[in-house]
Amino acid sequence: MATATPIKDQITPGIDDVVADALKHGNANGGKDHTMVLNMGPQHPSTHGVLRLVIEIDGETVVALAPDIGYLHTGIEKTCEAKFFQQVVPLTDRIDYLSPMTNNLCYCLAVEKLLGLEIPERAQYMRVLLNELTRISSHLVWLGTHAMDIGALTVFLYCWREREDISRIYENVSGQRMMSSYFRIGGLSLEPPLDFFKQVQDFLNKMPAAIDQYENLLTGNPIWMSRLKGVGYLSAEDAIALGVTGPPLRASGVDWDLRRDMPYSGYEKFKFDVPVSTDGDVWARYVVRIQEMRESVKICQQALDGMPSGPIVADAPKIILPNREQMKTQMESLIHHFKIVTEGFAVPAGEVFQAVESPRGEMGYYVVSDGTAKPFRVHMRNPSFATLQALETMCKGRLIADVVSVIGSIDIVLGEIDR
Amino acid sequence: MYEPASKISGTEAVFAHLMANEYEHPAVAAFKTLATDAKFDRAELTITVAAENIVAAAEAAKAAGYNFLEDVTCLDWYPSEPRFRVTYHILSHKLKSRLRLGVELGSDAASLDSITGVWPSANFYEREVFDLFGVHFNGHPNLVRIMMPEDWNGHPLRKDYPVEGYR
Repeated sequence: MATATPIKDQITPGIDDVVADALKHGNANGGKDHTMVLNMGPQHPSTHGVLRLVIEIDGETVVALAPDIGYLHTGIEKTCEAKFFQQVVPLTDRIDYLSPMTNNLCYCLAVEKLLGLEIPERAQYMRVLLNELTRISSHLVWLGTHAMDIGALTVFLYCWREREDISRIYENVSGQRMMSSYFRIGGLSLEPPLDFFKQVQDFLNKMPAAIDQYENLLTGNPIWMSRLKGVGYLSAEDAIALGVTGPPLRASGVDWDLRRDMPYSGYEKFKFDVPVSTDGDVWARYVVRIQEMRESVKICQQALDGMPSGPIVADAPKIILPNREQMKTQMESLIHHFKIVTEGFAVPAGEVFQAVESPRGEMGYYVVSDGTAKPFRVHMRNPSFATLQALETMCKGRLIADVVSVIGSIDIVLGEIDR
Repeated sequence: MYEPASKISGTEAVFAHLMANEYEHPAVAAFKTLATDAKFDRAELTITVAAENIVAAAEAAKAAGYNFLEDVTCLDWYPSEPRFRVTYHILSHKLKSRLRLGVELGSDAASLDSITGVWPSANFYEREVFDLFGVHFNGHPNLVRIMMPEDWNGHPLRKDYPVEGYR
């Protein structure tokens, strides 16, 4: 067991530090142990978006590494402050675009906590079901792109085959394949269509065999094993010190999952295992995520079997839009509809921090209200943003080719890093 | 629906509420002397400390079992004073609970000590607060802009910065 790195060495350096370090190496010892600065990205196929890495290399060994982010900064937090509370929901999809439902859920839970709303059980089960489908969908993108970075192109195509099924489920339930915005403050936007449950059941029936197929292609593959095993080691102490959450944290041996340890949205009613590994390398992260997909299938099945009947929105007519029929036939509903659409609804003053377990780790929404209909501040704590800080610790002293493997294993989404 | 009467404010009232259980709440022991104000609202504990005590408060929280720094961010209450409020969300894996530390800063003294010496993960969060709010963190190893271009003027998340930017 390795001891924790001293705090001074854990801190990710800036670009200037990396360049200065290279110059120092170049001048020392008559220039014999000079190093080189390599600029990787922002347009590089293995950086999963627009991530720029400034890497100091000695031969092929990484000496120092500094991530440069902000290429995708769109100011979503600022935009949120100019919208009504209910208008923020579609913005949250665009933060982590690979897991839109998780973002919707986290924001809705935060505002519901501010309002003190009780969510009906059917809506909670639907939220859990769709969240776990989102987790599978997001992990499929990770697996496909991670394998493609390392050179196994076939897996990518198989992963997209199953992801297509989930996109169709999304489209059926919300009308959109990616930016679903299906959850609403207080419940769901629509009752799920009639064939929805059969469609999900068909998917769940074939998913375990599909995961076996991916494992068949990768798990015993000698090239895959030699590129993953022992690469990008991160100890449990370093992971906690650097803010790493989700599968990379569990792969480092910390048994922590918000769904089990601090349940939200009715997760306490579901039975599932939390996969943990103590190896702390890229291989461990691969194993943990594959196991997580299998557990997600189990949770989806439980949600489907136990799906209660009843309303899909909370009983709060001043916050939740009435349905079309009520609006056309009842005067009071028409008034509520008009008020909500034109002037929003006031949320009692206060601040809440709501965290959920997203496919990438702990996603938290910090929502502050000053008692008006627009949020005073919406801040997102995004897992990728923190995990990126651990990149240097994982890559230092390793080969440059391993950097690609490590980036794939921490599964970053630049949309949520830059916001 | 949320009942505003359920909110408990004031250091003494909050600590008395936390001590209502038989065991001594770890946060009470840690912040007995450091807290200047406290709030218990919607089952979330908020403790305000003075700006010069933030590193001591972070160390006290860590010693009390709050081992994981989740988030550092800031609020801008422009035009009222004190203008900025830097908030830290700290999670305890052992206690399965969360703690919010707050520091209030006036617009003429928008700086406080960095806690990167306690949690290295504060590095990016503090750079983000510096970039978007213009709050300085003394002793930060690399306090440069993280989201905006290096030559950008102004701090976009301040309330006196227009949503569409300066045209």
